[in-house]
This record gives sequence, C-alpha cells and structure tokens, in this order.
Amino acid sequence: MTPSLKERSPLSVYLEHCRKGELAYQVCTDDNTPVFFPRAVSPVTGSGNLEWRVSKGLGTVHSTTVVYYKNEAPLNVALIDLDEGFRMMSRVEDIDPMQVRIGMRVKVRMHPGNEKQPPYAVFTPAEDAR
Amino acid sequence: MSGLERGSVAVVGAAESDLGQVAPDTSIVDLMAQATMRALDDCGLKLSDIDAVLSATTQSRYAPMLLAEYLRIKPKFLDGTFIGGSSFMSHVAHAHAAIQLGICEVAVIAYGSTQRTVSRAMASAREYNPFETPYRPFLPASAYALAAARHMHEFGTTREQLAEVAVAARKWALMNPVAWEKEPLTIEQVLNARMVSYPFTVRDCCLVTDGGGAIILTSAARARTLKKKPAYVLGVGEAWGHTTISNMPNLTVTAAAESGPKAFRMAGLKPSDVNMLSLYDAFTITPILFLEDLGFCPKGEGGRFVADGAIAPGGKLAVNTSGGGLSYCHPGMYGLLVMIEAVRQVRGECGVRQVEGCGVALAHGNGGVLSSQCTVIFGSEATL
Repeated sequence: MTPSLKERSPLSVYLEHCRKGELAYQVCTDDNTPVFFPRAVSPVTGSGNLEWRVSKGLGTVHSTTVVYYKNEAPLNVALIDLDEGFRMMSRVEDIDPMQVRIGMRVKVRMHPGNEKQPPYAVFTPAEDAR
Repeated sequence: MSGLERGSVAVVGAAESDLGQVAPDTSIVDLMAQATMRALDDCGLKLSDIDAVLSATTQSRYAPMLLAEYLRIKPKFLDGTFIGGSSFMSHVAHAHAAIQLGICEVAVIAYGSTQRTVSRAMASAREYNPFETPYRPFLPASAYALAAARHMHEFGTTREQLAEVAVAARKWALMNPVAWEKEPLTIEQVLNARMVSYPFTVRDCCLVTDGGGAIILTSAARARTLKKKPAYVLGVGEAWGHTTISNMPNLTVTAAAESGPKAFRMAGLKPSDVNMLSLYDAFTITPILFLEDLGFCPKGEGGRFVADGAIAPGGKLAVNTSGGGLSYCHPGMYGLLVMIEAVRQVRGECGVRQVEGCGVALAHGNGGVLSSQCTVIFGSEATL
C-alpha cells in the first residue's frame, strides 16, 4: 500500500524529527535497505513499507570540499556516510574546514535553523567514536 | 542492440553562433537562429529543408518550440529533452532514430545562451533541494569538487594533475581564433588562482560565456549529395547515473562507463581506434574521469595520464582541441560545442589545430553534476 500524501509528506515527518533533535531515515522493510532522502515509495522495490528510524548520528566523512563565498569565512560541505548505511550531504563544524578529512569520524548535531530555514543536521569531529 | 544503424545518419552542417559576449538584449533564440543559418550555409541546405527541431536551454522551458516559431518552421519532429549539458548528444540519438524511421529527413539541433550578459543566476535558476541547499554547496562546482577530492583520496590524483587539464586546454585555445581566452596559462597560475571550492580554483572551472551553435543531421544517402564531407554517426550511447551529488553511487565512476561501451559497441570500434576526443570539461576533474570511464586509461590513472602535457598540443592524445569549456567557450550547457569540434576534426577543418588523419572523433557530453552521460562517435567516409 502506498501511503496517503493528503495528511503528511515524507519531508514533514523528517523535519518533525529534526525539530526534536533527531536525524531520521527510513528502512524499506521489504528488503531491509536503508533509504535516504525520505520518500513516499521505496526505491527499487516500489514498496510503501517504509519504516522511520532515528540514526545514532555517527558517521564517516566520504568526501569534503571548502566553499569560498565572497566576504565570508570558508564553508565546509561534506558527504557523510552514516553508520546505518545511508549517505547525506552536510558539513563538519567546530574544525577548520580545510582540516576536514575523508575517513574522519563525525557525530551529528542539529543546527537550529532560523525563521526561514528549518533545523538541519550538521556534524562535529568524533575521532573516538569507532 | 541499440536499434540505431551505424553510419545511417550524418552531421552535414555545423556552426557556432557568435560566442563570448553578445550585445545586450540578444535573445537565446537570436543565437540559435544565427547558428542554424550558418549551419545550413555550411551544408547548402535551405531553411525549408528542416523538418525536425531539437533543442534545450536553461533559459526557457520551450527551446525547440521557440526556434520553430522564430524561423516559422513547421517541424514533423520536436524534441526538447533536457538532461543538462549532454542534452545535445541525446538529441543526436533521438534525431538518428527519427531519421532512420522516416519520421523526418533533416534535423537541426540548436543551442543558445546569454548567461554572461544576463548573469548565471538569471540564466540558470537553482532548484531548492531540502537535503542539499541548507548546506550551501556552490553548485555545480562543489559537486564536482567532492568527486575530485574523493578521486585524490582514492588514487593519489594531485592538484597539479588537475591543473594540467586546464593548461592543456589553454594551449589548444591559443590555436583557436574564436576562443575566449587569449593568454598563456601555467600550472602555478592555476594553483594560485582564487579558490572557488577546494580543490578547484577559478582556473579549474569552466568559463561563463554567451554563445550557441547548431548542427544539421540527415540520412547518409542525402548527406553524400551535399557540399561538405559528412561526419557519420557511428555510435551513440546514453546513460544516467544519478541526479544530485549526494546520490551518486560512486563519486569516482560516472555513467560514461556505460554510455562509452554502448557507443563503441554500436560503432564496432575500441578506444584505440579514436583519433581525437572532445570531452565535456566543465571542471578539470571531468576529462580525467571520462578518459578512465571511456576506456582510454585504467580507473584511477586519469591524473597520471594527463600529466606532462599528454593531452596538450603535441601530446600522446588530442583532447579538446577547441580549447574546451575551460578556455574556448562555455555558454551554460556546452555539449553542442563539444560535438561541433569533433565534427570539424573528422572533416579536417581545424587548421593549425587539426589532428592529422582524424578519421574517428569521440564527443562526450556530461549533464548535471556528473549525472547524465552521453557519448557520440563520429567517423569520416573511410570509417564506414
């Protein structure tokens, strides 16, 4: 059964978790595959059996870049592989952006966002978290 | 089997519009129409011969319809497939099918952009993605930078090797009178230029110019009656990998690893048969990835392959003889110009930068953020 999209969207559920400080993802219970970004329909299987889970928030930097916007401090943008088996774009904070390394262990922290931008997940170094 | 017959369709006319910076208030369709008439002049066909229009642009949702309206063509076949910079290679495949099936006889593929004049932000509005936009990647550069950083990590590719791609492009551009860049460039200058998205400086990134072009395709039989030597479509391969960089299955392997073999299969050729490559160089990492994925060197060896001027004039493999998107022209979506240079090489029209005995040229298009990949192999009469 494909879930109704009349009451709640996948994104709205995800953002509700963010507001509680949780990084949520889905698992397709038909084939036990982690799914991210959130969807109404599971990729490949086409199933609607998508279960929401909360990530432990631990991951590894898969790749990293530093963006240089004019008149701004350099900004890290990274791809993070979460331990549960999904990848997301994010950034690593609390460290010089040029010092973010591929393979570095990181831990999630919810950025509060602002009136225009809902909360979103960023990461901080967590070298002791194996 | 692709269903397309090797060499049954040919490019008979090819032309650029005005390039670089055009007059204020020039429209994208002005450029498309200008290039279309130049391409018709190139082959000796008339506007009334055109019965198929294919186009894509970031500045309108209706590119082929705008061109048909402007020129008052009543096409039997319209295609506005939009998959980024490789759209035009895809259009070749679709025009090939339509001509082969008898749906149409003479197809124009056209492009125009005024992104330098109106600004990149105006020419190509970014779509909001709730899983990427909050992190403010400088797209598309940051997406390619993430792939480059991963390539450096996995294979030991260096920033100097990336810079080699830009330096080679510049050397070719200095041999092309219509190229945007006119001054020599060194590896040090690339490395020390303004950083955009690490590991890319502004010299690792394609130009932001106006420009456009058009190519005319028809059946091989009709092509032989026209004034220029046809560039036959020997092989075409289309492939898709992902749409957003967060969803790219493997940052160091593009879908060119599928589109290339498809095109080579149809052409009955292998990489060593290719005399010249025209590879979409949006950023310095892209020719490196495509040389690997298209089979010109093993995976991971692209950086070392391009070192020591190997793809520059006088090197072991002629790549991007026009000067590429890095130094010749990059009007937002560069794929059509990628093919025009390959067609001209097969016809032997490239003057001082002509690759001697160029019977087979490969044009590879890239769209989105390494997302859509499309390969076209052109050949001269002798390769049929």
